[in-house]
Amino acid sequence: MTLKHVTGLLCAAAMSLALAAGARAEDKVVKIGVIMPMSGGTASIGAHAKAAIEVAMDIINNAHPELGNLPLAKNAGLAGLGGARIEAVFADNQGNPATGQNQALRLITEEKVAAVFGAYQSGITLTSSAIAEKYGIPYLNSESVAANLTERGFKWFFRTTPIATDFAKIYVDFLSDLRAQGIKTDAIALVHDNTEYGASVANTISTAFKEKGQPIAVDVAYPVNATDVQGQVLQLKDKKPDVIIMISYTSDAILFAKTMQSLDYKPPVLLADDAGYSDPSFIKAVGKISQGVFNRSSWAVGPSGSPSAIIADMYKKKSGEEMDDTVGRQMQGFFVLADAIDRAGSTEPAKIQAALKATDLKPEQLMMGYKGVKFDDKGQNVLASGLIIQLQDGENYVAVWPKASAEKAPMLPYKGW
Amino acid sequence: MSFVLVQVIVGGLLLGAVYALFSSGLTLVWGMMNIVNFAHGDFVMLGMYVAYVVYTLMGGGPILGAPLATLVLATLGVVVYFALIRDIMKGPMLAQILGTFGLALLLRYSVFWWFGANFLSMPQDIVGGTYAFAGLRIEASRLLAGVVALLVTFGLHLLLTRTSLGSKMLAVAEDATAAQLMGIRPDTMQAIAWAIAAGATGLAGALIANFFYIVPTVGETLAIVAFVTVSLGGFGSVPGALVAGLLIGVIESLSGYLIGAVYKDIVVYVLFLFFLWFRPQGLMGKM
Repeated sequence: MTLKHVTGLLCAAAMSLALAAGARAEDKVVKIGVIMPMSGGTASIGAHAKAAIEVAMDIINNAHPELGNLPLAKNAGLAGLGGARIEAVFADNQGNPATGQNQALRLITEEKVAAVFGAYQSGITLTSSAIAEKYGIPYLNSESVAANLTERGFKWFFRTTPIATDFAKIYVDFLSDLRAQGIKTDAIALVHDNTEYGASVANTISTAFKEKGQPIAVDVAYPVNATDVQGQVLQLKDKKPDVIIMISYTSDAILFAKTMQSLDYKPPVLLADDAGYSDPSFIKAVGKISQGVFNRSSWAVGPSGSPSAIIADMYKKKSGEEMDDTVGRQMQGFFVLADAIDRAGSTEPAKIQAALKATDLKPEQLMMGYKGVKFDDKGQNVLASGLIIQLQDGENYVAVWPKASAEKAPMLPYKGW
Repeated sequence: MSFVLVQVIVGGLLLGAVYALFSSGLTLVWGMMNIVNFAHGDFVMLGMYVAYVVYTLMGGGPILGAPLATLVLATLGVVVYFALIRDIMKGPMLAQILGTFGLALLLRYSVFWWFGANFLSMPQDIVGGTYAFAGLRIEASRLLAGVVALLVTFGLHLLLTRTSLGSKMLAVAEDATAAQLMGIRPDTMQAIAWAIAAGATGLAGALIANFFYIVPTVGETLAIVAFVTVSLGGFGSVPGALVAGLLIGVIESLSGYLIGAVYKDIVVYVLFLFFLWFRPQGLMGKM
C-alpha cells in the first residue's frame, strides 16, 4: 500500500465520519427560508429584519426562562422535535417581485426548507407565496398589509399582522373614545400621498368612518416625495379640521413637520398611520417638533423586566437600533411559525399546515400587542390588533390607548414644538 | 382668504428663489459646454452633506458650512472636469449622458455607503427661526436662501457680461478653436466654468439643507425641478433661470393651494409645454 492509498483511505474515512455527523446534525435542525430585501432601496429594512430574526432564533434555540409565557423560550430548541434547533436561511429579494419568486423556488427545491417566511413588500409576498402554494409548503407573512394577499383562496398562506381594515377600525374606536371624553373629533382630514399605500389606506379609512356616519371632511392628496407642502399646510390651516390623519412615508412626513412649524399650524389632534412616523430617523430628525403626534403600532416596549422590554434590549444589542413596530411584527410572526412547527412535532408540510390552522395563542403568550393569534380560513390572523402610541417627552413613543395596555394617558391637544 | 393667498405667493416666491439657486450651476454648464450634467442633483446632495458634517462635527451653522460646501464642490467640479468631462465631451451625446449619469450613481451610493440610508435634518432654528410680520410667516432659512439666490444670479451675470474672464469663457462657449487662436486656453476656461458651476451648486445645497431633509437620494427629487427651470429660463441664461425659478415656484404654490397638490405638477408642465411651443429657446435663451 502506497502513501497515496493510505491518504485516500484516510480521506474516505474522514468524509464518511463527516457525513454521518452531518446527518445527525441535520436531524436536529429545522430550516426556515427567510426572504427579505437585503439590498436596494429598502436595504435598511432587510438589515433590521435579519437582526430581529437572529434574536428570535437565540430565544428559540437557547433557554430563556426570564421570558415567562412566551412559547419556546423556556427550554433550548423545539421540545416537540427532540430539542431540534431552528435555522434561518436568508435570501435577498432585491426589492424585486421576480427575484423574490426565484428565491422562494430555490429555498424550497434546493435548501429544502420546512417553511418560508417573508417578504416585507406586499408585491413580493404576492409572488413568492404563489411558489410556496404550488409546492405545498407553509408560508408565513408577518408584515405585508395589502388586503388581497389573503383573498386568493390559498391553503398554505398565513398572515399574522393586522391589515388596513384593522387599522381603520382602531382609528374609529380611538376617536370615538376621545369624543366620549369631550374632545371634538367631528371634522376629520385625511392627508396622504398618491402611492398604492397612501391611496388604498386612505380609501379604507374613509370607508370605515363613512360606515359610522362620519364622512371625511377634508381630503388632501399630494404627490409622493414632494419638494414643498406649504400649499397643503395652508389648506389645512384654512379648513381647521379637528383631527388630521397622516398617511405618509418618511421624506414627506419630515417635510410636513417642518412646514407645520414654520407656518405655525397645529391641529388639535394629529394621528399618523405608521410608515414614516415610525421610522427611527423621523424621530431623530423632527421628533422635537412633533411632540404629541399619535401613531398606530402593535408594539409597546412595556415596563422594564417584562418579556417585551427584555427582547427590545436584546434587539438593540444586536442591531444598535431601537426596536420598532415593523421588526416587532416580524419577530412575532417568526415565533408563531416556530411554535406551529414545534406543535406539529415534524417538518412534514401538511403537519405544519395543520398546526398553523390550530394556532390559538393568547395575548400573554405574545410579545406584540395582538389580542391573540388565530387564523381564519383565508389564513388571516383574526385577533391581530394594534394600539395607539404617542410621542411624549422627547424621543419615545408610549402606549396611550386602549386603556388596558396604556402606559400613560393621552396628552391633548397636539403640542408640536 | 386673500390674506392666505399672500402667504401662498410669498412662500412660492421663496421656493422659486431656491429653485433658481440650485439651477444656476446647471444652466452655466449646459450653456457653456452643451453638456447636460445628470449628476447635478447629486452635487446639491453633496453640498447638503458637507453642511451637515460641518454642523455635527464643528457645531458650525451656515456661516461656516456654506463657504466650505462651495469650496469642496468647486474642487470636485475641477476634478470631475479633468477626470471625466474633458474626455467624454469628445464622444457622442450618449457617452455624455451615460458618463454624467454614472457619476451621479457613484456619488449617490458612496454617500449611501458612508452615511447610511437614514434621513438627517438640521435643527429648525439653525438660521434664526421664523419671522412673523403682520401675520405673514417667513422662515429665516428660506429667506437667506432666497437672498443668496439673488446675489449669486447677479454675481454670475456680472461675471459673464462685465469681466474679461467672463468674455473668455463665453468665447470658448461660442467657438473653442477660434478662442484658442486668440490665445485663450479652452481647458482652463472650462475647468473654471465647472468650478464656478459646482461651487454655486454646493452653496445651494448647503443653504437648502437648513430647511429640507437630507438623504442620499434627495438629488433625484431636486434634479427634475432644476432641469425644468433651466429649459424654461433658456439654456445658459443665468437671469433666465432666476425668472423661471420664481415663476415655477409661484405657479406651484398657487395651483397646489387652489386646485390640489396632486394636480400642481400637471399645471406647471402644461404651462411649460405651452410656453416652449411659442418660445422654444426659453424665456431668455438665444435662438
